[in-house]
This record gives sequence, structure tokens and C-alpha cells, in this order.
Amino acid sequence: MTSLPTLPTPKKLGLVIDLDVCVGCHACVISCKEWNTGGYGNSLSDQDPYGPDVSGTFLNRIHSFEVIPEGGKLVGEAGDARIVHFPKSCLHCEDAPCVTVCPTGASYKRSADGIVLVEEDKCIGCGLCAWACPYGAREMDVAAGVMKKCTLCVDRIYNETLEEVDRVPSCVRTCPSNARHFGDLADSASDVSIMVAERGGMDLMPEQATRPVNKYLPPRPRQPLAECAPATTRDAGGASGFFAWLDGVLERM
Amino acid sequence: MQSEPSLSLSQPVGDEVRKTTCYMCACRCGIDVHIKDGKIRYIEGNRDHPVNKGVLCAKGSAGIVQHYAPARLRAPLKRVGPRGSGQFVEISWDEALETATEWLSGVRQSDPKKLAFFTGRDQSQSLTGFWAQQFGTPNYAAHGGFCSVNMAAAGIMTIGGSFWEFGAPDWERTKLFVLFGVAEDHDSNPIKMGISRIKKRGARFVSVNPVRTGYSAVADNWIGIRPGTDGLLILALVHELLKARRIDVDYIRRYSNAAWLVIDAPGTSDHGLFARDKDGLPLVFEAVTERTVPHGTRGAQAALHGRYRLDDGRFVVPSFQLLAEKYLDQSYAPEAVAEETGVSAETIRGLATEIGRVAFDEAIAIDQPWTDMNGQRHASFVGRPVSFHAMRGISAHSNGFQTARALHLLQVLIGAVDCPGGFRYEPPYPKPVEAHPTPHGRAEHFGSNKPLSGPHLGFPRGPEDMLIDAAGNPSRIDKAFSWDAPFSVHGAMHMVIANAHAGDPYPVDVMFLYMANMAWNSSMNTAVTIQMLEDRDPATGEYRIPKIIYSDAYASEMVAYADLVLPDTTYLERYDCISLLDRPISEPDAVQDAIRWPVVEPDRDVRGFQTVLLDLGARLRLPGFADSRGNPIYRDYADYIVSHERRPGIGPLAGFRGSNGERAGRGAANPEQLKRYIENGSYFSTHIPMEAQFFKHANKAYQEFAVRMGFFDEPKPVTFQLYQEALQKFRLSAEGVREPLAPETHRKRILDTFSPLPDWYRPFEEAIVSRTEFPYHAITQRPAAMYHSWGSMNAWLRQIHTSNVLYVPAAICDAEGLKTGDWAWVSSHHGRIKVEIARTEAANGRTMWTWNAIGKREGAWALDGRAPEAQKGFLLNHLIKELLPPKGDGMRWSNSDPITGQAAWYDLRVRIEKADGPDISQPQLGRLSEPKPACDRPDQLRYGQEWTI
Amino acid sequence: MHPALSIIVFSTLSGLGYGLAFMLGLGVLDPAASATKVAHLTALALISGGLISSTLHLGNPQRAWRALSQWRSSWLSREGVLAVFAFVPLVWSALACWVWDDYHPVPGLLGALLSAGTVYCTAMIYASLRSVDAWHTRLTPAVFLLFAVSGGAMLATLFAHAGGGDARIPGLLAAVALIAAWTVKLSWWKRLRLLVPTSSPESATGLGYIGKVSLFERPHVNENYLTREMGYQIARKHADKLRRIALIFGAAVPAIILALMLLVVPEAGLGSSLAAAFAALCFAAGVFVERWLFFAEARHAVMNYYGG
Repeated sequence: MTSLPTLPTPKKLGLVIDLDVCVGCHACVISCKEWNTGGYGNSLSDQDPYGPDVSGTFLNRIHSFEVIPEGGKLVGEAGDARIVHFPKSCLHCEDAPCVTVCPTGASYKRSADGIVLVEEDKCIGCGLCAWACPYGAREMDVAAGVMKKCTLCVDRIYNETLEEVDRVPSCVRTCPSNARHFGDLADSASDVSIMVAERGGMDLMPEQATRPVNKYLPPRPRQPLAECAPATTRDAGGASGFFAWLDGVLERM
Repeated sequence: MQSEPSLSLSQPVGDEVRKTTCYMCACRCGIDVHIKDGKIRYIEGNRDHPVNKGVLCAKGSAGIVQHYAPARLRAPLKRVGPRGSGQFVEISWDEALETATEWLSGVRQSDPKKLAFFTGRDQSQSLTGFWAQQFGTPNYAAHGGFCSVNMAAAGIMTIGGSFWEFGAPDWERTKLFVLFGVAEDHDSNPIKMGISRIKKRGARFVSVNPVRTGYSAVADNWIGIRPGTDGLLILALVHELLKARRIDVDYIRRYSNAAWLVIDAPGTSDHGLFARDKDGLPLVFEAVTERTVPHGTRGAQAALHGRYRLDDGRFVVPSFQLLAEKYLDQSYAPEAVAEETGVSAETIRGLATEIGRVAFDEAIAIDQPWTDMNGQRHASFVGRPVSFHAMRGISAHSNGFQTARALHLLQVLIGAVDCPGGFRYEPPYPKPVEAHPTPHGRAEHFGSNKPLSGPHLGFPRGPEDMLIDAAGNPSRIDKAFSWDAPFSVHGAMHMVIANAHAGDPYPVDVMFLYMANMAWNSSMNTAVTIQMLEDRDPATGEYRIPKIIYSDAYASEMVAYADLVLPDTTYLERYDCISLLDRPISEPDAVQDAIRWPVVEPDRDVRGFQTVLLDLGARLRLPGFADSRGNPIYRDYADYIVSHERRPGIGPLAGFRGSNGERAGRGAANPEQLKRYIENGSYFSTHIPMEAQFFKHANKAYQEFAVRMGFFDEPKPVTFQLYQEALQKFRLSAEGVREPLAPETHRKRILDTFSPLPDWYRPFEEAIVSRTEFPYHAITQRPAAMYHSWGSMNAWLRQIHTSNVLYVPAAICDAEGLKTGDWAWVSSHHGRIKVEIARTEAANGRTMWTWNAIGKREGAWALDGRAPEAQKGFLLNHLIKELLPPKGDGMRWSNSDPITGQAAWYDLRVRIEKADGPDISQPQLGRLSEPKPACDRPDQLRYGQEWTI
Repeated sequence: MHPALSIIVFSTLSGLGYGLAFMLGLGVLDPAASATKVAHLTALALISGGLISSTLHLGNPQRAWRALSQWRSSWLSREGVLAVFAFVPLVWSALACWVWDDYHPVPGLLGALLSAGTVYCTAMIYASLRSVDAWHTRLTPAVFLLFAVSGGAMLATLFAHAGGGDARIPGLLAAVALIAAWTVKLSWWKRLRLLVPTSSPESATGLGYIGKVSLFERPHVNENYLTREMGYQIARKHADKLRRIALIFGAAVPAIILALMLLVVPEAGLGSSLAAAFAALCFAAGVFVERWLFFAEARHAVMNYYGG
């Protein structure tokens, strides 16, 4: 079943991540961990949890990049390095290379909604899918020996025991700065599609030809403060000038 | 083609949801704890909760592994080896409480001041303070002196409220938000939500911070200021706004003391004080009738400048005249401050222009008639949609009080305090200084076996309210409210160990600490602090600080130095109240408080500290804790929360009061109260009437509401104190013209720093140590995923910050020949540390920085001693001394703000040079042996594996 | 990419094994010679050893049989399927040799074809990965195939000598394949050196429109699965040294021995067998180093997110 769906999936469920407001707080990282360690598939184990080599399985991680602008009106503030916090999880690609390389059929892309999942009972833990993914979206769980990845909280978004409003991925529900949005990117009228259209949502590494479903909204343009400064400062006449003005104001009151 | 597997996607999350309040930091979000098979399956934000509205940060979600961490203490402990040896025996609670009672009752009988009771991340200060008061020691405070007292004191003394978590920007309406300094660790989810909200609306967000991470990363404009110069930048903004006439004259005249007349009589004891009538009301000059009338006289057209003569012949000027003259001076011009602040004149002018433009050209109005305290009716709430926020970034400097005052001055000048779009108070604030007590703790306030005659902490109105003896010596162990720091309104916890060790002003017998990691990240000069805890008097062989009682839930570094350890529960195992009497969770539109309750039962022999404190209070027969026959008044903390009344009808919780649970604020105790809270998601919220929501400092409807709620017994409007008379009183004492006279030693310092109008002076450390020998700044930032030292025992959070590096700006790297991955010695006037460095471009070019409190002592927190936290992690604390270097005046001044005593840990000056191997951070204080952990350290965690579907 | 021992051993051994099987399938050795019988066993042993080694890196080797199912899309699955299919003619050929002292051309040629196919699939597992620029080239299967043929021919030369037969054809084949293999490998390395990475931190983050992007902080301080698996980095100096070692052992030494043996045409016997064995061993060692570098020098696109 590791062939990709032959037709475009009727729904393309995915995330839209707003780099303009992500403050890099890692809320989504830990919320993902706690939901998924007790949810779909094996737990997300942590090795040496209180020791020197602590390392665990995470399905969503935040990177931080330093970007040194090369100037120009678009971004302003040339020369000032900026930090961009960058959350990253599975992009549920339309041409998901991780799926087609899977030798056992454990990895598959759901034909109904496009979610890329691993059927863990079939996974032999060969790791090839992680190699095939350019984004680092898949991590092998050391304890279980199977590949783990973002499920888009498939056990939340269709979970009828949850209130409708909570049927979103755990990372989206928890994000304090509302930098993560969930929806159907095949539906051009959906909130996420509108957001992508308005803000110029980007694909990561389009050159890898994976056609990611998840989109990233770039930081908005910024206007330097120095540009707000008046060209000339009028002569204000010091304190006496100020008090003369003040008298005028008080008289009008 | 095989078919897709069918998945069972509608599994219930758990068996039950228990709603309580988070305590992974000070934010106090509502959480839904999903319980499955008696274990915690999942913690998420409570959607209905007014603080976090469903969201939750990394710390909150990591509560699961915090709760089950091996570092939890398991039973009361008695030390049997030397301090620091980690040799403890587990004892029964009876024995522990007997021991504590014996130690404490001896002190209470003989000399109550020999108990020093200080709390750290305490969210129950209304109880701990009450207990200390009933015990009768003058030596109580929480950790505010180390934290952000500058912010609190300057706020209350200027606008009757402060940023912190006692107010918030009007996120819904603000159009320009300016954030000063690091603020990632208080009110953190509301700020994240707010920043996102305003950015999505297209409002401008400006961050003033030497470091561009966290919130600063998403700011539209980043001003990478040089540490300790924020005050100068703010006063340059004031200069520009005055010059551009961008000030709200009506607002200033109505709500501030701008028109109050200041006596101009140099050399007399009244110089610089307000002229007052016979009832003590401050006078203004009525411009139409040309005579002085008391402030608040209806219809008075108060003059804002001019020089007038009182009937008694003395000359007076409106305080605003002094203000305008001071800040219009060219020394505050952008060009004049650019070099000192590291901010270009264009940027300063641009920011000032934006502030002025948004405040006045984009003013907003809410069509809601309201009445001010003078009885004048207003058709609408006029909003100046410029808001500010600041926290310890500007606070933890030796000029932090004046800087915070400057920021409040700026807010008032543009009319942006508690207006639509501006900064807004959260009830029970605003609260003028007059509504706060004065401090208690002088010799006449306490004595053997009796309570202190009033609250420990308060606001001195002048030198006469200080806690000193006739000779001018401090009466508190931390020297709070003395000439060293007269407005140390949160105490000075960071001085307690050094003072107690030195016996200056006197030795103590018992030091009782709660949740304060004094043997590590909560002290300056950590290594020497530890030596002080271990030091013995050679004559007697006794420890200099003879008895230490410590309560904490986890095996922090401090545990090893305690003689008696009272193990606390985790936050999910106990009752708590987040009270309006303490640090509430109100919103600008609503009065709110909250509780915690045991959503899981402890599996260890531990007790909630507050319950233990009540038990100790009863055993000590403290009034208010034991009845006349010596029986405990309160069964436990839950009982106290419900039944205790501070004033008639006013208890720890405001919600569901009265016999039917329908009363808010004032009302009889309701035995069902906790049940009602739990049913309501563990919080209570009542909305402020629309008419009362803005201009609360002068809004009649709000003031009446506040009285109804029980914040006050009569209205307490606030007049903004741009000119601070209490500070001038200290100057007069220092000039030697007003009683009590300041000691000679302190006079210059007071004259230099106690300006009644907000002022800027160079931070002490920078002013004293050589700027060429120590050319750089070193500061910390707060990681959003870790709260102080709490988090390294958390298997998930510690993966994010397993160790820290020192981020060194490119300019310093190039100057010093450093590159990422190098190790370097960083030296201050006091000590040196060896750390790994990384190059960054996104920081002020003179400022290196690291994440706060990631470094841990080897062996602490139930971590393997080889953990990177200990081997590579580090603290800057080793570089920071509680005293400044000698400057030849014969004094060793404390490294604090001279007004509030706030520890000035952001004043640090350093140099840096490349180091050779081995690649281990220094200093290493040796392996700490800690008591047996709550469970063995597993090699692997597979949390939730049993629930795999 | 992390140079995992199990995978390097697999690829080295199975390359030699399938190469030898390929030569046997072409019938270049005398089926009556007992050395040829040993050669059949050797080929099967190398192939099996390689396959067993490859399962060592699996998280759940007990489910390895499932890997046969996805031959439509997955090169790894195809490799498994071909490997299994190849056993049929290879075992048949071995039996024919052992039992009847005979060479059967149908299973022989089929075995050769399937052996080559299996090696090709192995190579395509790597070559198909766009995420690893170094591997994503037609040169990769060419290298794998030519190295397999070289190794197989060299072993065939050894067994020809040991069996006292005519070693000129396998010797000549070995020499030609060796030259071809290293020629292609040198161009593979040249391509690697000149490679402009398909993806960059700028394209990985989409932030290139602002300016130059570099990692400020990793998500977590310690290593994780991705950095352990794909974050391996080798210093240029170190890599150059290893390349020289690979060239000396894998190219120079066997080439000299092969050339000498072709020019001098020694008596088949112990001496020449030992020389051929030495050449094959050196070659195997050279290939092992080459394969180690194949992984160690390959940079995965994910490292754009990890500052690697």
C-alpha cells in the first residue's frame, strides 16, 4: 500500500504555521509529546531520561534560525540579524517519498484525507522512510523499534468523544501564540487556504518535489522605526516655548 | 493494492477530567487533567479559563513528567551528617513537626527576631505572611527583593499599580505595544496570546531588549539596547514627546499630581515637598481665581506652571513645571543619549514619533458614559492606544526603580494608563500607596510570645516609617526598610544568608525557607553562600546559622543544606488558593481568583506546605491558628481557605461566598466553596461593570465596585505621583535639614539617586568597576520552556535545555578571537566562570547572554552526576556578588537598587578570554549527595505505553 | 549519513557475493573443478551473510518478511524480492555444479541477471533518494554494479586459479571492470566535490528572501535520532586520507596483481591462488572503506535544519 493514492485526495488535511508570530516557546513540542505518548501507536520513549545522554522521540520540534537580512524594503532593518523560531513536523506531502520507499506497506497516505501514517504492526524499523524524508519528520522510536511520525492527531481530529472544537491536533489547540492552524488545504474556501493565499504561504524545499501539504506563512514585512522619525525637528523654543504652548492648550480647555 | 487499515479513532482520552490550576510557573493557567487508570493521561489548557483560554505552554504540558519525577522528596528528613553531605534519615511527620515546634517555640519565647522566615516561589503569601506576623518575627518576606521589587514599588508609588501580573496591555485595542526587557516568565501565556493577537491586527510591536530571542524575535522593531540604559532611552522619549507637544494635558492635570504645588525653599525642611492645607490636602493654584485650593476642588482650573507665593510667604511651583524643565533639557535629547544607550538618535526619534502619532492621531473612544471621582460626567472612554509592558529586564538593575518610574511617567504623559488601548489595571489594583500599610518590624512592633503589631511589608511614607532603631541600625535581618534600601517593600531575601552568617545586624537561630533555592540559583555569589551555610563558629562548633528548616517538593540544591526537610506535595496533589489577597489572576475586565485541589493523591509521605504551616501554627499556639484551649482552628489548608476571614466577610477566596454561594467579594464563609470552585473549573470570575472598566484610578463606578467587592472599605482613587514626595523627604534627610537625619555615610548616595522626578544614573557596578578591564555586559534571558531552576528534573523539558552556552555577539567574538564551540573564561570583579560559547548576531554588540538557571549542581535534582546540566551548564550567579567592590568611602554597598534593595544582577560587567580544555564548566562545586529519590532513575521512559491503541 | 557497520558489511559482502554469482552464472568457471563448487558456496555464503547483516539494523527484524510486499514502489522491497528470487537459480546452479559437475545456462544466466538486478536495486535504494544529493545520481548504480562485477571477477579469478583452470577470462574481466569501476567512482567523487546542494538552509526554511539563514539553536541540545542517523560529518582531511586508502587497497593493489598475473600468466597453483586471494581481500577492504565513505560523506537535506 505504499503506492501513493492515485487520485488527488479529496481532502488535504494539514497545518499552516505562522512564522510571524511563533515565539519559540516549545508549547506545541511538549503537548504533542504528551498526547502522542499515550495515543496512537507506541509511546514516545525517552532514553537515559535523567542521565547525560537523554534523548527521546518527538514528532514536532522547534528550530531557531538566525537570519541576516540583505536589506531592501520588503524586510527593512538591513544589517540587524533576526531570530526566526521554526516549528517542524510532518508536512504530509502529496508526493511523499517516505511512503513510496517503505518496503512493507507500513507507511501509507490516507486516500480520504491525505494524512501520512505508519501502521506500526507492519513496520520493520528499517529507517529508510526517515532517509527519504528531507524534512526530518520521522523518528525511529528506540524502545519500540518502529518509525514514529506526526499523525496530525488522527486520534483527536476524528475523535467523537471530544467536543467538536477540540477535534484539532494537540499542537494547534495548545499553541499560545496561535501560530498553528489546522484545516483542509484542498478546500480553497477553508480558513487555512485563505490564510495561505493572503499571506503567501510557502512550501519548504519545493526543489525536493515532495509537494508538502503543510504551509508556512512568512514573517510580515517590517518598517524600521528610524523611518518614522520626522525629517526635521522644529525649533521648539525650550521650556518657555513649551509653557507658552501649554497656556494655549489650557485656555482652550 | 491492500486496503488501508481501519483505525479506532474515537477512544476517550481518559476516565475523567479534573480541572485545576497549573503551577509549572507563575502564570497560573487553568488546566484540564485527564485521568486514566488513576494516572495522568494528558494535561491541556482549560478552554473556559480566563487566563489561558485553552492554550498551555511547554511547562504546563510537561506537568506529567514533573509530577512523576524521581527528584520528588518522599518523607520528612532529619540531617545526620554534616551540612551538604546529603546524610539524612527519614523521620515521621510527628517527629518532624515536634522538632520544628521545639526550635520555633524557643525562639518565639526568647527572641522572635531570631527566626528568619523567607519564601521563594510562594503563591500563598497571604498565609505565610499572616503566619509570620502571628509568630511575631520581624523577619519575613518572599523573594520579591531578588525578583522584581523595583517594578512593583515604582508602579505602586507612581500609578498605584504595576506591570508584572497586576496589569496588562489592552490587547484587544492597543495599536502600539512596547515591551521592555525579558518578560517570558510571568503572565507568559497571556502575553504570547496578546502579542499574536496584536500582530495579526497589524498593530506595531516594539521590543527593547539587548537580546533578540523569544518575544523579541517576532517584534516588528527590535531595539537592542545596552543593559541598564532603558531609563535614559525612556527619558529621551519623554524629551521628544514634550518637544513635539505630544502629551495629554487634560489627563495629566486631572489624574496626576502635575498641578500640585512644590515648595521652593532651598535649605529648609519643606523644600521640595508639596504645599498642603491644614487637613494635609495638597494644594494647586487655581488660575481663574488666582488662589490656592486643595487638589480635587470641583471646577478648579489648576495651573501647570508658574511661580506663586503662598499666604505664609513661601514660593511654590506646580510640579509639572519642574518636570517639563527637567526633561526638556538637551541632556535628554536623542543625540545626547545615543552613545550611552547604543540606540541611534533616529530610532529614538522614530519611536517617540510613533508613540505620539498613535496616542493622539489614532486615539479611540468607547461610547460609554462614566463619572469620575470629582462627580464629572464623561461621554466616553477616550483611549490612547499605546501600551507598555516590562518586567525584570529593567527591574534588576541598581537604577531599576527610577527606570520603572520613568516608564510610568511616559505612560501618564500620553494619557495611556487604564484607558482603552493602553495599559490596564487588574483588580484589586489600582491601589494607592495610602491603601497599603506601612512596614512593621521595629523593636516596638514585636516581643516575646506576641504577634507583630502589623504586616511586615508595606510602603514607608517617609524616613520616619523605616525599620531602624534609634541609632539608625536596621531591625530586620535583611536590612529591609533601612537607610540601605528604604523602600525594600518586598524585603531582601538575597541578603539574609550573608547577614545572618555575619551576625549583622544580629545572628538568627532558625532559618525557615520555603521553595527558595538559596544554595544555587536564587543567590548571588552561590559558592560563598554555600560556605556560609556550612560555616561553623570555631568557639562553639555550632553552625553560624544554627538551624535550617526547608520545605520543597523536589531535591533541589538547597535540600542538602537543611537540618530538617519538610517534603511538600506536587501541585497536582494539594489544595491552594490564588487569592486576591495575594497575587491574583484578575483580568482588566474581571475580578478573578482560583484554587488547586488534589487531582491525584500523593504516593509518598508528603504534605502540602500550607497545611504543615497551619499545623505548626497550632502547635505553637499562635493566635489565629489555635484557639484558647490550644486546639487547631483549621483542619488543613482547605479548611483555612474556606473559613479564614481576614476582615469580616473577606477571605482568601472571593467567589461563591455567603450561605448560598451567590456572593462575590464580601460574604460569609461558605462550607461548599471549594466544591463550587471545582465545579466551575477551579476558578471564579466576575465581570466589572462596563461603566467601571476604564480609568479605574478615578472612576466612581469602579471605586464603588471595589468597595462592594471588599478591596477597600471606602473608595481609594489614585492620583498619579509623577513627582514623588516620599523620595524628596529622604533627600531632605540626606541634606541634613529634616528629621530623621540620614547617616553621613548614606547622604551622597541618597542625594545622587532619590530624585523625586524619574531620573537615570549609570548602574553602580558599571560606575565603579573599570570599563576597560570589564568592557562587556553579561545577562540572562528566560527560556519559555523552563521556569527558573524547575525543569531539569523533568525528562521532557530537560531535553530542550540540557545545558546552556554563553551567546557572544559577533563584535566581541571578532575582538576576542572566539568562535562557536570555544570555551572561555568569563570574569567579573568578583569571580570567573568557564563556559562554552556560541556566536550570535542577534544581540547588543556589548552584551553576552545565556539562558537562566539551566546549570545545576552535580548530584542535585536526582540527575545522574554526569548530566550536561552539571558538566556543561553554568550560572552567571558565580560572577555576581551581593556587595559592590569597595570604592574608597569605607562602605561596602550592597549590589542593589539604593531605593528598593532590588538585587542588581543585570548590572554585571565582565571580560572574556579563550580557555583551554578540559571542556567542563567551572566552577564545579563538587558532587552533592542528595536524599534517596522518590523512585529509582529509570534507564528509559515509555510513558503511556500501556495505553497504546 | 551515519556509516552503520551492518549496512556497510551488507553492501560489501553482498556486492562480492552477487558479483561472484554473476560470474558463475556466466559460466566462466569450470563446473567440474572443485574450486568452482567452493565458489558457488562462497557466493551463497557472502550473499546470505550480507542479507543477515542487513537485518541487524532493523527495529523489528521478525517482521522482515513483510518487506517483500511493496515491490511496486519500493526499491528496498524490490531488492528483497529479487534477492529471494535469485536464490532459486543460484541454488539450482550450485546444485548442478555439485551434483552433476555441470553448468546449466538457463538458471545460470537467470541467476546472473537476478544477481545484477539485486545489486541494481540495492544501489537504487540510495540513488532514488532525492534527500541525499551525493547518492541521487545514475552513477550510483553504475558504481555498485561495476564494483560487484569487479569483485566477482576477482573472486572468479581466484577460484579459476585454485581450480587450475584458465584464469585469463575472469582475470581480464576483473581488470576491465576494476578500471571501469574506479573510473566511474572517481567521477562520482568528482560530482560530489562539485555538487551544489539541491536544498539549503534558505530553501529549507523559506527564509532566503530575507537573507542568509544559519542555525541559532537546535530543537534539543543533545543528539536525536535524526542527527545520529543523518548528522554524521567527516572532516575533509580525514575523508581524503580514507579515499587514498580505498584507492590503494581497492584499486592499486588488485590492479597491479591482476596486471602481473595477466602479463606473466603464472602457473595455476597455490602461489597464484594466494596472489588472487590477496588481490580480492585488498579489494574487499578497499570497497569497505569506499562504502564507509559512501555514507560518511553523504549529506542529508535534513541537516539544513540542524546546522550540519
